[in-house]
Order: sequence, then structure tokens, then C-alpha cells
Amino acid sequence: MKNEFLPPKSLRDVNTHYCSGCGHGILHRLVAQVIDELGLRERVIGVAPVGCAVLAYNYWDFDVSEAAHGRALAVATGIKRSRPEKIVFTYQGDGDLASIGIAETLHTANRGENLTCVFVNNACYGMTGGQMAPTTMIGQKTTTTPWGRDPAFGEGWPLKVSELLAPLKGVSYLARSSISKPQGVRQTYQYIKKAFINQIEKKGFSMVEVLSPCPTIWKKTPIEAAKWIDQEMVKEFPLGVIKE
Amino acid sequence: MAKVKIEKDRCKGCELCVFYCPLKSLELSSDLNKRGVRAANFKKDAKCSGCGFCFLICADRCIKVEK
Amino acid sequence: MEKNKKLTKVLMSGNEAMGEAAIRAGCKFYSGYPITPQNELTAYMARRMREEGRAFVQAESELAAINMIFGAAVTGVRTMTSSSSPGISLKQEGISYLAGCQLPAVIINVMRGGPGLGNIDSSQSDYFQSTRGGGHGDYFTPTLAPWSAEEATKLVVLAFDLADYYRTPVLVLADAIIGQMMEPVGLPFERMFKKKLPKKTWALTGAKKRPANAVMSLLLGDRVLQRHNERLGRKWDKIKEKEQRFDTYKVQDAKYLIVAYGSQARIAFEAVDILRKQNIKAGLFRPISLWPYPEKGLKELAKGVKKVLVVEQSLGQMVEDVRAALPLGEISFLGKAGGGIPLAKEIVGAIKKSL
Repeated sequence: MKNEFLPPKSLRDVNTHYCSGCGHGILHRLVAQVIDELGLRERVIGVAPVGCAVLAYNYWDFDVSEAAHGRALAVATGIKRSRPEKIVFTYQGDGDLASIGIAETLHTANRGENLTCVFVNNACYGMTGGQMAPTTMIGQKTTTTPWGRDPAFGEGWPLKVSELLAPLKGVSYLARSSISKPQGVRQTYQYIKKAFINQIEKKGFSMVEVLSPCPTIWKKTPIEAAKWIDQEMVKEFPLGVIKE
Repeated sequence: MAKVKIEKDRCKGCELCVFYCPLKSLELSSDLNKRGVRAANFKKDAKCSGCGFCFLICADRCIKVEK
Repeated sequence: MEKNKKLTKVLMSGNEAMGEAAIRAGCKFYSGYPITPQNELTAYMARRMREEGRAFVQAESELAAINMIFGAAVTGVRTMTSSSSPGISLKQEGISYLAGCQLPAVIINVMRGGPGLGNIDSSQSDYFQSTRGGGHGDYFTPTLAPWSAEEATKLVVLAFDLADYYRTPVLVLADAIIGQMMEPVGLPFERMFKKKLPKKTWALTGAKKRPANAVMSLLLGDRVLQRHNERLGRKWDKIKEKEQRFDTYKVQDAKYLIVAYGSQARIAFEAVDILRKQNIKAGLFRPISLWPYPEKGLKELAKGVKKVLVVEQSLGQMVEDVRAALPLGEISFLGKAGGGIPLAKEIVGAIKKSL
């Protein structure tokens, strides 16, 4: 019997630079697992973001490009249009995709680019030391919202990118999951797999938003961080398939 | 009976595998690994159903589940 | 490049001619964003790229456009974007990334007046931006300045070759006059670069029968970036040595040398003829590569020259490179900014004043 609990081949056998309890390690593995499962390793091109996952090419054993902050989907558009037979995906955080890159996100989705996007939502900027992101929760303390995010002080509300993209005709698939617990990890794998299969079937833009823990910035233990996702974040960012 | 194998020196001690193990078969070691953290440890003679929760939640490819 | 080698002349605007040149040079992906005075180029590409079965994307912004061509370049195909001054400012981040990642791409700037929104008249005020890197970090971009629609086609083809040969973004610096003016253009376009182009083994095409490739400009670790930049530095040195280009007119016995590029060189050309009719020994030095600046040619020519007049559609940018090349020369400057164009009679007047 095939053992599903072994690291995938497309994930390099190296240690990551991520903090203890960070979700990126899990998500890198899930993406690699999907790529192996679908036999895509030799035709996949990944686009890494600017943020904590900027070094993703050190961890994935397939072709990966850097992209300027927020521009991963523009870079992916150029790759896919130049080589339509390749399978192209971006892996982006919330600062990258939802803030500086929101125009690229919206327009890539609206053009119906046949791409897969893995959107890592950890409600903050991790790499730069924990500033407010568009996805930061109301009341959440960050270095730039030291008293907690407060719409009364012009700091706005958590931006729900998946719901924002849902009405666009170019978008074929949207799902939101959480990797705060094993069942969620399994569900996330299924969503990501679906988002890649959609691209193979030329269905257009597919995105999976993943609620992912950032214990260091949230100033929580990994277990507390997982609980915070399950108890707080999911209220603002409900899980499930949003569009299919 | 399945078995959990842990590469201790990769472990960052997040404790999520310990937290989610349904049979409470995992624990943090009392000693420190090369990283200087208390790594996850499969308890001596502990039970394992092979559910893979520990593998799924591990971000640092420390865990293999052998069936 | 072209099966039918018979030379025909076609009436085209510079913008359209540059588009056709890119297509004939094998450009597989183009992305652009509307901005005057280069819109004809984007429109031309929209039509022709689809006819050729290639990819055209009207981007949502200049930022997206430059990053789309970054993506295309990553896969090893020939790719181009075009814009005008304010749009080129927006593209600078992407150009810096292209330079850092050593990706070949062609960027056309059909210059207009600035700063800010400025106006849509011809201008040469992006000289500094083009020849001094433009974006953040230690880098240069080879910059080619055409003075006619026909030369623009040759320089676009050359730009693609230089980009592939040196693995670098290359700028074609045109201006509103060159872009908008309709002129006869020879087809097929001539290829000036004769060296063999290297294989793109670094390109991302899927890790089939080779280890995975990665394209990056983030270089952490002890002295890793330093070594990378030193490697880039040797590349810039090589380009400076090998790729200086210029043209001259009536310089053999010239005592008065006019230095001008792009559309301004067309006007200076006329001024030389007027001066010659008045028995004033004037000549024209026309840089074609603005970076690297053709300082070797200029130094050589300047030996027998009494005075040098630099003429630009700016408050004086290229004049600094002329001064750097000729530190002991007697150099004067004539320029107009914000869409102003120094006329032939004004150039003649400036030379006569210095007699």
C-alpha cells in the first residue's frame, strides 16, 4: 500500500528558515505533493512572492522564479502566455497579493488567466516584522496598529479577497481552508489539487486561500495560534468552497 | 501497528503533533536537540493507529509514519 | 528573419515600424499600457501579434506590463514592452529586477516632456534615467537612440540581439517625433549583430532532464550579492568596450562639431548643411548607443576640432557625458526643455556666435 505520510519528491530534503509553528512548511509540502500526484514536476513553473516565502525555490525541486513584491500574478501571466503548455502557479502572502499586488490579483483573475494561485493569509506582514496587512483582524495588534486594528482610526476592515474575486467571470474556482489542524491540512490538499486540475483542464483562474498561522508575529505559541485561527479568524474568513 | 519515526534534529518544537495526536502517543523530549529545542518524541511502547495527523501538521518534515 | 530578401519600402510611423521590427526579430510576448505618444505601437502589436499567433496582453498598469515581460523573459522567449516617459518611470522597478536577474528583454521609451505628467511633445529629458540605470541598485541598461523610423527598426532588432547576448534588458530610446513621424522603411530589416547568441540554459521551461532552475535577484549570505554585482560589473565593462555605436556626418575636416542624438540629430544634420554652405566647417557626431556612450569615437574625432556644441531637447543631460569624454574641450550647450526643440537656425546661430 502506498504510504501517504512520506515527504513528496518535489520537496527538497532541506531544513527551512521558517519559524516554529509557521504554516509555510506545511503548504510547501502540500503544493509539492499535488505536483507529484498529478505528475507535473517536469512542466510546472512556480512564482515565489516577496515575503517569508521568497526563498521557496530553495525548498521546491522544480523551476521557480522570483517576482517583485505584489507582481507574482503579472509574472505568471507572462510565463503562461509565453508557454501555454506549462503549468504555472503563484504562491503569495496577504501583503503581496492583497495589498501591493491587489491590482494584479484583480486583473489577472478578471482576464481569466489559466493560472493557479495559492494565497497564504496569515493576517499580517511576517517578513518585515509584523505590520498590519489588509487581512489583519479587527483589534489585532501589530507594529503599525499597536492598539489593535481599529476602523475608527481609518485602518479599515479585513479585506476578503476571495469574496472580492468571486463575482468575476474569469474566476473558475475559489476555496478557503485552514491548516491549523490535520483535517484542515487534508482539506487544503484537496483544494489545491482541484485548483491545479482546473488549470490542466483550461478552466481559467483558480485560487485557494489558506489561513495559516504566524505564531511569532501573533505572539502566541503554535498551539495558541492554531486555536486563534479556529476560534477567531474563521469568523471573519469562513472556510469552504466559495466558487466552483 | 503503525509507528511514528521522528528526525529529532529537524524538529523546531512547535508541539502541534503532540497536541493533535488522538492517542496521546507523542510528547516533547526532556532534553534539547541540535537546534536547542525540545523535540517531539514517540513515547516508548505507545500506540499508533497510523492516522497521520502528526505528519500532516508537521511543517518541518521531521515525521514519517510507517504502517 | 525574412524569406523574401527583396528590399521594399513601406510608409510607416516610427511606432509601427518598431512594432514590426520586434515581430520580425521573433518577439513572442508583448505587453503594454496606453500612453501617448507611443499608442500606435501598442495598437500595432495588438493586431500583429495575434495575426502571428503570438501573445499580446494589454496590462492593467505599467507595473504589470513590465512584470509580465519579466515572466516571459524567465521562460527564455523574446519579449518587449513599450511606453513613454511617465510610464517608463513606473517600469523602473521591473527593469532593475530584469537587470538583477540577468533577463533579456527590450523596453522602448518614446519620450515625452516631463517632469510629472509634463506634456506629449517630443523631449529628450529621460537621458539620465536611461543611461544611469534608472531604477534601484548598481546596474546599467544598454540604450539605443534611433534618428529615423528605419533606423529604429534596425535598433529594435539589435536590442533583441544585445539583450540575448549579454542577458540584460536593453532600452530603445526614441522620442515623440521619431514615434509619430511617417517615413519610408526598408523591409526586411537588417540585422547588425553578427555574433552567435548563447543558449538559454538558465530559462524556466520545466525541470525536464535537468536539475531545477531558479531565477532570482535576492542574494543573501556573506558577500554573495557583492560577488554577483562584481560579475555584473565585468559585464557592463565588456559592453562599454564592445558596444559603443555612433554615426558621423561631414566630420573629416570639421572644426566645429555638433553632438546630438535622436530627432534632434536630424535637425543638427540640416544645420551642418546650412553651415557648410556658409563655408563654416561643421560636422555632426551622432551617438547611437547612449549607454555605453561612444566616448572612444568622440575623443578621436574631437582631436582636430576647435569647438563642440551639444544640442538636446532638455536642459542638458548628454552634455555631461560629452564633458566627461572631452575634459579639456571647449564645449557649449544649446537646449530646450518641456517640448521645446532647438531649430536648425538656432543651432547655426549658436555655432556662428562661437566663431
